[in-house]
Amino acid sequence: MGVQIAFFLFSLIAIIGALLVVTTRRLFHSALALVLSFVGVAGLYILLEAEFLAALQILIYVGAIALLILFAIMLTRHLMDPRARAFNEQWWIAALVAGFLFVVLISMILRVQWPVREASVPSDLIENLGSSFVGEFLVPFEVASVLLMAALIGAIIIARER
Amino acid sequence: MIPLSWYLLVAAALFCIGLYGVLARRNAIGILMGIELMLNAVNLNLVAFWRYINPSDLSGLVFAIFVIAVAAAEAAVGLAIIISIYRNRDTVNVEEVDLMRG
Repeated sequence: MGVQIAFFLFSLIAIIGALLVVTTRRLFHSALALVLSFVGVAGLYILLEAEFLAALQILIYVGAIALLILFAIMLTRHLMDPRARAFNEQWWIAALVAGFLFVVLISMILRVQWPVREASVPSDLIENLGSSFVGEFLVPFEVASVLLMAALIGAIIIARER
Repeated sequence: MIPLSWYLLVAAALFCIGLYGVLARRNAIGILMGIELMLNAVNLNLVAFWRYINPSDLSGLVFAIFVIAVAAAEAAVGLAIIISIYRNRDTVNVEEVDLMRG
């Protein structure tokens, strides 16, 4: 029973945070709501017994990406008149599309018989994960580091003062 | 144990909320936040499928970690582009950034 309560709590945090992100007029507030949503998803990862991913989620999303977004908001802040429209004229079409997609997804999720298996997570999961990164997934791992390097240099060059 | 479909429903809700944010926001940073929400929903799906279908096969988790890495790269480059547009055009409103309009 406790697990269900925790699940509802974390999903509520994630979904309410997400709703605040897309509905608040002040961008700064929506960035803070984004942090809330990330924390809720991290809680769901813990319930899924992926504690390592929960830690990654907190470190990278909350620690790095949300901070980067807050910085970008502050750097471009004086432009944003709080009285200006935060949404474009097609927002109701966007709401319609998103709602329609949600209905389609719900009907599909509830219809499909998922091939769920009762199995426990191996106790040496993180150890296996680490060795698979330098074994089975070595090439994608290296490509990811090249990608991060390229993104780092690219970001500096694009944002540099000329 | 919590049924798999509950996680999928939460992820679907997050994805659709993010999609709405991407389509409806005028500010480029708001759009980027919507994209981050959508990536989070995808990750939640990947981890839920890993846990419920075959936890001893690590590819689901590994894929989720790569998605996080790509999201970090995307956020860095995206925000750099937004700052650059802000410097050159003095706006972060995507409706006013129409340099490439034919």
